[in-house]
Amino acid sequence: MFQGLTKRLPPEVKPTRRQFLVAMGGAGAGLVIGSRLDAIKVADAATGPAMINPFVIIAPDNSVTVLSKHLDKGQGAATGLTTLVAEELDADWDQMKVEFAPSNPQLYNNLHWGPYQGTGGSSAIANSFMQYREAGATAKAMLVAAAAQAWGVPAAEISVAKGVLSHASGKRASFGDLADAASKIAVPEKPSLKDPKDFTLIGKHVPRLDIPDKTVGAPIYALDTKRENMLVATIARPPRFGATVKSFDDKEARAVNGVVDVIQIPAGIAVLATSTWPAIKGRDALSVDWNFSTSENRGSDELWTEYRALAETPGQVFRDEGDADGSISRSSDYIERVFEFPFLAHAPMEPHDVTIEFDGKTAEIWTGSQLQSVDHYVASQILGIEMPNIQIHTLWAGGSFGRRAIYDSHIVGEAAQIAKISGRKEPIKVQWTREDDVRGGYYRPMYLHKVRVGFNEGGEIAGWHHRIVGQSIITGTPFEQALVHDGIDHTSVEGVLDSPYEIPNFRGELHTVKSGIPGLWWRSVGHTHTAYVMETMMDELAAAAGRDPVEFRLAYMKDKPRHAGVLKLAAEKAGWGTPVAEGRFRGVALHKSFNSYVAQVAEISLDPDSDHGFKAERIICAVDCGIPVNPDNIAAQMEGGIGYGLGHAIRNEITLTEGEVDQSNFHDYEPMRITDMPVVETHIVPSAEAPTGVGEPGTPPAAPAVANALAAATGNRRTILPFAKEGAGDA
Amino acid sequence: MSFNLKINGETRRVDADGDTPLLWALRDELGLTGTKFGCGVASCGACTVYLDGLPTRSCVTPIDSIDGEEITTIDGLSGKASAAIRQAWTEMQVPQCGYCQSGQIMAASALLAETPKPTDEDIDGAMEGNVCRCATYHRIRAAIHRAAEIQEG
Ligand code: FES
Ligand code: FES
Repeated sequence: MFQGLTKRLPPEVKPTRRQFLVAMGGAGAGLVIGSRLDAIKVADAATGPAMINPFVIIAPDNSVTVLSKHLDKGQGAATGLTTLVAEELDADWDQMKVEFAPSNPQLYNNLHWGPYQGTGGSSAIANSFMQYREAGATAKAMLVAAAAQAWGVPAAEISVAKGVLSHASGKRASFGDLADAASKIAVPEKPSLKDPKDFTLIGKHVPRLDIPDKTVGAPIYALDTKRENMLVATIARPPRFGATVKSFDDKEARAVNGVVDVIQIPAGIAVLATSTWPAIKGRDALSVDWNFSTSENRGSDELWTEYRALAETPGQVFRDEGDADGSISRSSDYIERVFEFPFLAHAPMEPHDVTIEFDGKTAEIWTGSQLQSVDHYVASQILGIEMPNIQIHTLWAGGSFGRRAIYDSHIVGEAAQIAKISGRKEPIKVQWTREDDVRGGYYRPMYLHKVRVGFNEGGEIAGWHHRIVGQSIITGTPFEQALVHDGIDHTSVEGVLDSPYEIPNFRGELHTVKSGIPGLWWRSVGHTHTAYVMETMMDELAAAAGRDPVEFRLAYMKDKPRHAGVLKLAAEKAGWGTPVAEGRFRGVALHKSFNSYVAQVAEISLDPDSDHGFKAERIICAVDCGIPVNPDNIAAQMEGGIGYGLGHAIRNEITLTEGEVDQSNFHDYEPMRITDMPVVETHIVPSAEAPTGVGEPGTPPAAPAVANALAAATGNRRTILPFAKEGAGDA
Repeated sequence: MSFNLKINGETRRVDADGDTPLLWALRDELGLTGTKFGCGVASCGACTVYLDGLPTRSCVTPIDSIDGEEITTIDGLSGKASAAIRQAWTEMQVPQCGYCQSGQIMAASALLAETPKPTDEDIDGAMEGNVCRCATYHRIRAAIHRAAEIQEG
């Protein structure tokens, strides 16, 4: 993250890694951000709701509010965490509510990440599963103890069901009745948790808490933030990454009715207006002269030329087993393929927006914050005030797909720059347009894979040589220590490094390329390209051997029961091995990511009139994600993950010409539409293992499954993405 | 400049330049925030409202082009079709991030009001302009069919 910060922030706010950790509370001497009670927006010590623990508030009106430490950007995390509490609390689902927790890494850190509060890596349920169950169980134990005291009966004789405590004597009480008394009970050390066989909510159909609001257009997003006297700001950012302002003329911008100020900030030129439209018009009226001496001035063609040349030279070794080169040269045949994956924008449905209110001493921020700890820290550095003097209000986010989890918090950072430099006391909402978003960088980086696989009679794989070229996402971010080892960014090679296929001689090499175009994790990160390469290669090898693609994969996974489990389930449900309907073709893919296992069988039909040659008709998806906390939501995430993966594979790419992004909005970064969407059927493997992620793992297998179906239909193997680049091909 | 707009059955006065898109007039001037901003160029449908019952992209509709038409937004959407759509949306748990869903529900309700038993082709035609980045399309289609059943009673 510091690389990004260095580029964008004035020198006085450049943090060191140690300062960052201290501020996060991770290096011993951490700041306590707020006290426990600060976490309760609605709390009133005397008569108001009682906070039973940092995750559970019970109000006299009998509502139970769960504080979600995770942002919900559509993946259902808030409902999931509430389910865990309600389960152990034996609450009635109708009394449950959810709110986002304040920024406080000491209470609300992601347990998989150490001292940071944030959401990502499909970890929301996985890291919170025991924590939120324990929070519910603790609250229940305290309510029971309070009832025992009030009724003068042993706690063991009290039972709790559907939000009611009762005793054989006929005494009954609601949670609300006992909330105040319960909050004064000593917190039990280790509350006992339910046996999973007794679950009544986990694994059952629990409706999402946010859906009623989302069918009436309720004002729940950062876009909807409205404060008195609020100004709206837009920012003219450099047209090339890393360029700076040489000079600017704001005369015409200031003449726009409603524009109140134009200021220069490190990120560009900000136009402040009384509402959104004049802020957009004012920006259009600016004329800015940019300095391109420090910017990335290459286009994607130049980058591809560099990548292709590098692919011919040895890279840094990330995997080396046996003798890949020797065994390939001795094998009877080989297949060599070069794959190219473009830059991709996330383009979440809600363009970025953040509101900041800064009076010189304290600040409040409203946004769909995904890495609260980083947003909080960056704001404090830019505003020059301590973190406890800044409150972050996390709001429901209109999608993210990785885009709101930003290692340098540039979105909040720009808002803080405007607040600080303008010196204005009014609340300021910084509004991004779609153009700002599509052209704004932080893309899934371009990647090239060159793969050569030697095989013998019968298709037996002799050796596999795999070279990857691409830029590192993680280097320079707070996650570097965990994910970059000896110069190898794990996210550049994940999915190849840990492929389930037992291949005797394997050599993996990586070229890490630098460019001035900021990259970022994008739904399923490295698996977006590695799954495609592994799964289309395995498919082609099976075809070359004249073997069934499912059987072929199984033969290379002797000791991978969970991989094999989903593959067999998807194949069975899809009727693999039986004839497919007239005019349809099948393909299969399997991939593990974020500790979840997903296999998909795609059925396509050829469509020579389409821009990419086929229509994905149906995808049968099998997933093993441990204990399924909310099966319907898991299915929804598989559907969404498949649609996201497929839509981009079909027709999305970001390209640059002389450093400038060529695309700008949905007309030339054309999203998947309802007409492109296959029917999706999800089957969940029953499991007693700890739950794992579901937000991302549906994405990686989707594109290779349809590509393999296309190859089955036409023999055409697509190695250049998006598919539309090659048009309808042989269809 | 000042304009009188008929919105959700009331006449509302807006003080803004005539080129202001209806989207921003609704959201910023009138506090009707149910209508969302997705692209600003008529490519996504997040900003869908009705003008005299017809689904319209408010992001490209300047307020000075509105000539007495009745405007309906998600905040004022009512009637049998939209009730069925909302019920089906809840039953089938359609929304994920939810941000596109104001526009989806406006488009789907207009379809159902016009075509009580829509086919898949009808659905494609009516909904193709509405983007959902969360790809809830599979459920949108199923929920429109379900809403048709609900509406029929
Ligand atoms: S915001 Fe109007 S169509 Fe996208
Ligand atoms: S539900 Fe997220 S964009 Fe449609």
